[in-house]
Amino acid sequence: MSNAPVTLRTAKDVAKRRAHSPHTSMFMRMLIRAAMLRRGRAASALLAMIVAAAVATAMMNLYVDVQAKLRTEFRNYGANVVVVGKDGQALPREALRAIESALGTQPLAVPFGYAVARTSDGQSVVVVGTDFSRARQLNHWWNVNHWPAGSARSDASTSGLSASLPAKASDETAAPKRRRNAAHGVSRGPAPETMPAPEERQNIPVEALIGVRAATVVTPTRQPFDLSFQGKIIRLVPAGLLQTGAGEDSRIYLDQSEFENWTGVAPTTIEVAVNGSPDEIQQGIKRLAAALPTADVRPVRQIMEGEANVLNKTRATLYASATLVVLTSALCVLATLIGWVFDRRRDFAIMKALGASERLVNGFFAAEAAALGVVGAILGFCIGIGAAAWIGRANFHAPVVPRFTVFPYVLAGSIAVALISAVLPIGLLRRVQPAIILRGE
Amino acid sequence: MFARLVYESFRRQTRRKLLAGIAITLGVAVATAMIAVATDIGDKINRELRSYGANLVITPQEDTLDVEIGGINLKPPSDGAFLNEADLPKIRGTFWHHNIVGFSPMLPVRAKLTNRSQAEEVTLLGTYFDKQLTFGKEDFTTGVRITHPWWKVEGSCGDGAQPRPVRVEDSPANGTTSAKGPAETNGASSCGWPNDNSQDVLLGERLAAKLGKRPGDALEVSGRKLAITGILSTGSAEDDEIVAPLALAQQILGKPGAVRRVYVSALTKPPDALSARDPKTMSPEVYDRWYCSPYVESIAYQLQEAIPHSHAEQIRQVAQNEGTVLSRIKGLMLLVTLAALFASALAVSAAMATAIFERRVEIGLMRALGAGNVIVSAVFFAEALLLALFGGVAGFTAGSLLARQIGRSIFSSQISIQPVLFPIIIAIAVFVTFAGSAAAIRRAVKFDPVFALRGDA
Repeated sequence: MSNAPVTLRTAKDVAKRRAHSPHTSMFMRMLIRAAMLRRGRAASALLAMIVAAAVATAMMNLYVDVQAKLRTEFRNYGANVVVVGKDGQALPREALRAIESALGTQPLAVPFGYAVARTSDGQSVVVVGTDFSRARQLNHWWNVNHWPAGSARSDASTSGLSASLPAKASDETAAPKRRRNAAHGVSRGPAPETMPAPEERQNIPVEALIGVRAATVVTPTRQPFDLSFQGKIIRLVPAGLLQTGAGEDSRIYLDQSEFENWTGVAPTTIEVAVNGSPDEIQQGIKRLAAALPTADVRPVRQIMEGEANVLNKTRATLYASATLVVLTSALCVLATLIGWVFDRRRDFAIMKALGASERLVNGFFAAEAAALGVVGAILGFCIGIGAAAWIGRANFHAPVVPRFTVFPYVLAGSIAVALISAVLPIGLLRRVQPAIILRGE
Repeated sequence: MFARLVYESFRRQTRRKLLAGIAITLGVAVATAMIAVATDIGDKINRELRSYGANLVITPQEDTLDVEIGGINLKPPSDGAFLNEADLPKIRGTFWHHNIVGFSPMLPVRAKLTNRSQAEEVTLLGTYFDKQLTFGKEDFTTGVRITHPWWKVEGSCGDGAQPRPVRVEDSPANGTTSAKGPAETNGASSCGWPNDNSQDVLLGERLAAKLGKRPGDALEVSGRKLAITGILSTGSAEDDEIVAPLALAQQILGKPGAVRRVYVSALTKPPDALSARDPKTMSPEVYDRWYCSPYVESIAYQLQEAIPHSHAEQIRQVAQNEGTVLSRIKGLMLLVTLAALFASALAVSAAMATAIFERRVEIGLMRALGAGNVIVSAVFFAEALLLALFGGVAGFTAGSLLARQIGRSIFSSQISIQPVLFPIIIAIAVFVTFAGSAAAIRRAVKFDPVFALRGDA
């Protein structure tokens, strides 16, 4: 940066500008010219400010948003609230709708009805009526090789429960993670003639989801089979196998309306996944209990406490990390800006030598720092939002929502750091005679 | 001359060097702490995920179907096969026994509960609470207090004090339980929990409300008088049951040593392409790699090997989700660590650039006296190297302490710092310091000495 041509051009510029705009205040002109003439240094100070503001924005944004993101992940553990009829009674017909209206924000509620049926050779097996499309959304961990058609074929008018359900039981919406069992193949041929033909057998076989352990008992060859409940016999076609490693493996799952047509048993349990913080879930439970006085609403403690535990630890770690990162970047800005201001001690000395008051000089450097802080904060905020969105996409496959509430903090922080880094060197310089600085010592 | 230049530079500009050194130290400290936390977070969160309970279950190979609705077993109790209690300590002998946090055997039996001359059928669940076992030379404790940390017991403490709620979280459930003596695990928080060798039981809270029983009352079950030490709240089927020591359930059933199933809580590695494969179709090398990785599948396989006539399976609700949660949190911390590294690299570079920029006059003088660009750069790089080494060592120490503090305050356990991290951190510190200095040195060297010396910079 050679000085001589700059001075010449400056002199010309100044003369020209004075002719055109005689009323521009000296203060503003000094601010602008200072930034223009030392573009390199000003740019590096601004860059540090922008990077720091961006990192701080991204961290704060993540900290606020990650909890919501992780909660969504934790909902993959399934229901955190269970609604059961008091003393084993069936739930009222409108229970599912009552739950949905009580919670408002589209909770995932899955009804389950249970009955014990007998196989043709007299073994007891638990049969469950449920809504497949909902169960599939709630229980992501169910390893199912092929989901039955579900409520698509059922007569919606016969059941108040399935009437309100979305009939989107297509198999491709959320393909099971592992199709290892698909190789078994599912026989859907005509019923073998060896079975007895009782009077009440239904004409169309019903598709069922068979737990892996139940399958070895009721239909080892994956053939259609009969089950009886209080003398009523149903013919079931194994549509798919279900593996969970828990009680579900010994059960047979049917569509809710088919199950009710056959057994007359209404749902006794509704599993609900309530989203939100522990407080929101507690309130949700209270609302549910008020909406369904005949039912028992219980939190699933295993799920709720595990979630709270892991989430708290993660949040604390993230908080510590974000604090460290923000502090480091503030430090970076501080170092750069102090260097920048210190570097301009000659400007400071000249201003004082020309008779500028202490207040004016301080005001000048403070205004400069504040301007730098504002510009840096705005640009850094935009970049930080982008960075947080990218992290969200890369890690959670969903963008982090920009939180504009973070902006005031970033802005205030930037200005504060900029001011501190301007005031510190000024305080040191004030004690030095301008003459000494100008002599270059 | 070279050495003297560098030495004098440090001696005469102590304050300036100190500032740059502090910047490097802080940057390195943050980087060290973040890397240490990020590398250890997987292990830490994995342990926290164990608060979801067991992720594996062992059942008898020839088991009949469970006929169970809402926790009420409708199957004849003597039906089906059992595991042998004597085989259970062998779980500690499997390849991945260090990863097995705990296990609890379960034996549900039907029992006749007599209350005010009314008889009623209830389920009595036999299990370990905090049982002391021995495998080989190793003593360890295990039971539901480790594998089912959400079970809460409200009971009276031995001296007849007021019942007070007991949080199971207070008990050390961090997997190091096996190393600790029973004195520690049976501390103050064991109020209300029955002894594993006693005839005392826990009463599920809904059953207790129905019967109107309180801790300290007696219960008549199948002709035995049992003392209730506490009221159990689990939020699931056990709330309607009596939970008793395993030996008592075996006596009631009349089958000593019988166990219906065992819940195992193990630290596992998130599933990947290898974990899902069938071990029978693997080549020997792949099989060894699969066997020696703590996948939930391979641990199940090893449990099955250890316990005769058993079938071990993952509980998918717990096992399948922990992988996703774990990888999300690890990924998040990795990205945050990258941001921290970036920020501290920038802070170090900025400090170095400022320090060198301030010394333009010095550089101009050296060049005016005939020093070549190489010599001038060498002096500054040597100074940077020294600063980076000192700052790196100090920063590594400070960062280790910081990481330890984070580990202690958040996870209440140590964050281990791999020694291999030290050379890596020092290398990064030197590299970043050089990179931060390089641009400033280049600019300073290019700068015309005349202007520098005239003070027109």
